Amino acid sequence: MSDTPLVVVKDLHFSRGETSIFRGVDLRIPRGKITAVMGPSGTGKTTLLKLIGGQLVPDAGQVLIDGADVHALSRKALFTLRRRMGMLFQSGALFSEIDVYENVAFPLRVHTDLPDAMIRDVVLMKLEAVGLRGARKLMPAELSGGMARRVALARAIALDPELILYDEPFVGQDPISMGVLVQLIKRLNEALGLTSIVVSHDIKEALSIADYVYVIADGEVMAHGTPDLLNVDDDPRVSQFVHGEPDGPVPFHYPAVDFLTDILTPGAQS
Amino acid sequence: MMARLQRLGRYGCDSLETLGRAGLFLVQSSFGIPSRMGWYLWLRQMHFVGVLSLAIVLVSGLFIGMVLALQGYTILVDFGAEQALGQMVALSLLRELSPVVAALLFAGRAGSALTAEIGLMKATEQLTSMEMIGVDPLRRIVAPRLWAGFVALPLLTVGFSVVGIGGGYLVGVEWLGVFEGSYWGNMQASVSFIDDIGNGMVKSLVFALVVTWIAVFQGYDLIPTSEGISRATTRTVVYSSLVVLGLDFLLTALMFGSLS
Amino acid sequence: MKRSKTMELGVGLFMLAGILGLVFLGLRVSGLTFSVPEDTFRLEANFANVGGLKPRARVTMAGVTVGRVTEIELDTEWYDARVVLELDAELAGQLPRDTTAAILTSGLLGEQYVGLTVGGDPETLSHGDAIRDTQSAVVLEELIQQFVSNMATN
Repeated sequence: MSDTPLVVVKDLHFSRGETSIFRGVDLRIPRGKITAVMGPSGTGKTTLLKLIGGQLVPDAGQVLIDGADVHALSRKALFTLRRRMGMLFQSGALFSEIDVYENVAFPLRVHTDLPDAMIRDVVLMKLEAVGLRGARKLMPAELSGGMARRVALARAIALDPELILYDEPFVGQDPISMGVLVQLIKRLNEALGLTSIVVSHDIKEALSIADYVYVIADGEVMAHGTPDLLNVDDDPRVSQFVHGEPDGPVPFHYPAVDFLTDILTPGAQS
Repeated sequence: MMARLQRLGRYGCDSLETLGRAGLFLVQSSFGIPSRMGWYLWLRQMHFVGVLSLAIVLVSGLFIGMVLALQGYTILVDFGAEQALGQMVALSLLRELSPVVAALLFAGRAGSALTAEIGLMKATEQLTSMEMIGVDPLRRIVAPRLWAGFVALPLLTVGFSVVGIGGGYLVGVEWLGVFEGSYWGNMQASVSFIDDIGNGMVKSLVFALVVTWIAVFQGYDLIPTSEGISRATTRTVVYSSLVVLGLDFLLTALMFGSLS
Repeated sequence: MKRSKTMELGVGLFMLAGILGLVFLGLRVSGLTFSVPEDTFRLEANFANVGGLKPRARVTMAGVTVGRVTEIELDTEWYDARVVLELDAELAGQLPRDTTAAILTSGLLGEQYVGLTVGGDPETLSHGDAIRDTQSAVVLEELIQQFVSNMATN
């Protein structure tokens, strides 16, 4: 059972307005592993997480979590399924009207009937795991970005989910908190036997913790494999991304008419 | 010409679509069975939209009552009818001014704050993360605010009326020297509990629903950028004011149209 | 969830104040009394012309308000106006059968109301009875017309 993937994405198509974001994406997320989904900004990585979480509905294709088609579920069944998932948002998305303690306690209060003493134990345990037990009285507005993300992580694991989705966990962090987060994600995954999906464009960090890597660009999976294999892959677009070259098959310029034509056409303002 | 017609059509379709979304939104959020915690969430919002709006509503009520008495006196005294001052102040407040002015103030004070608050929650992904935790933000965030507004505005309207009639008393009786007995007596003889106070409360309940609905919907439906939030906040105040004044005419025609 | 005592107290006071305000409006402003649910005493009176009388107008006796007008409608049998009066229940069985009703005006431009004057008949009016002897509203235009035609004949 443990060798069947927890999450299967089959031939996913999604478009927003006229722009198509995914044109047939296939992913298999193995259980108990950290899978990194990488790609340049604007390739819809956050959208992918929202599709997996059932917040967006794809134009075509399926997302199966443990065999259940996320988008065929009723609203109620979807909310039940979401209890088995945790999601860490880019901004942390802590509830600004309640303090750190209550933020972590929130999923427990909503989904369980545990007595207050037990909730307290769980919350302190989770906060201890992210090293912020001392900050439990603070309001979200008083936290630094890195701390907010760690609190959000504690909240995401409060219900001991099977699957955690990380949305750009390393973005905008100083090297220290980046290191802390990298370590936390890895440790939590090992300790709790979680399945993690890390969406990121921070190549070094993502590669250092991932067991398996998918690279997405232009709405398709460009390459996938274990981190060691990925480096030697000779697809020019992947190599441009992994080595961080500014221009190449993934163009530096936003699509536009030829520069010379553009500059020689006065009056055409737009 | 065709292009303009098309644009008009598209505008109409968009408006209808928004209206439909807003209706669905209202139904989905107002029929949530309140949980053990729902009561407390509602209480917090009562504090936020009710207690904190009390000061501005009461102060406005006092001044409006005083101005009504002063203006009314100068007109009534020409006909030797200044005994009818209490009646005039009470009826104008109970039937029209209290429900309408309290609703307008409420839209400005509490409605815009609700829009901005929910909009900011949306912009900082709090609503999405709540959904991912498995909690429906319509029930958790929107429903307590909707119900709090629905209860708070009628109470504020009562406060407005009481303070306004008190302000009229101060100016009319204490200052201008209208006989106290005729101030209250004429008032009691002409104000009907069901027709005047009751209808005023019905108006206020309708305004409460509409203003809070507009405020939370604008917050929930906005584009989550700083510009989007500021636009939605403005829209809340503008739409609420227009709808309150328009509905007021409609309700007045229904309630008091047959009396004259 | 953290509970704040002052906030709970504030909301409690706010709601209490709102309810007290409504009670104040009811008692002090609309003069509501709790004897209202008592059954009222209903009489009818037919007038040739009600003038500007409106539903909810006062019904007085010796200048004291004793009831209200509840309905005014055209009586299609006689083509006059049937006015339904609701009087205080304590007057039930007290008014003589020859009580008269007149439509009066308070002041020159004031509102119109119904004034009752008692007669001396030992028999009394009971619930739903009609007052026979009525005096219509004074219509100012008719009055002036009469006055002018009297002047002309003199």
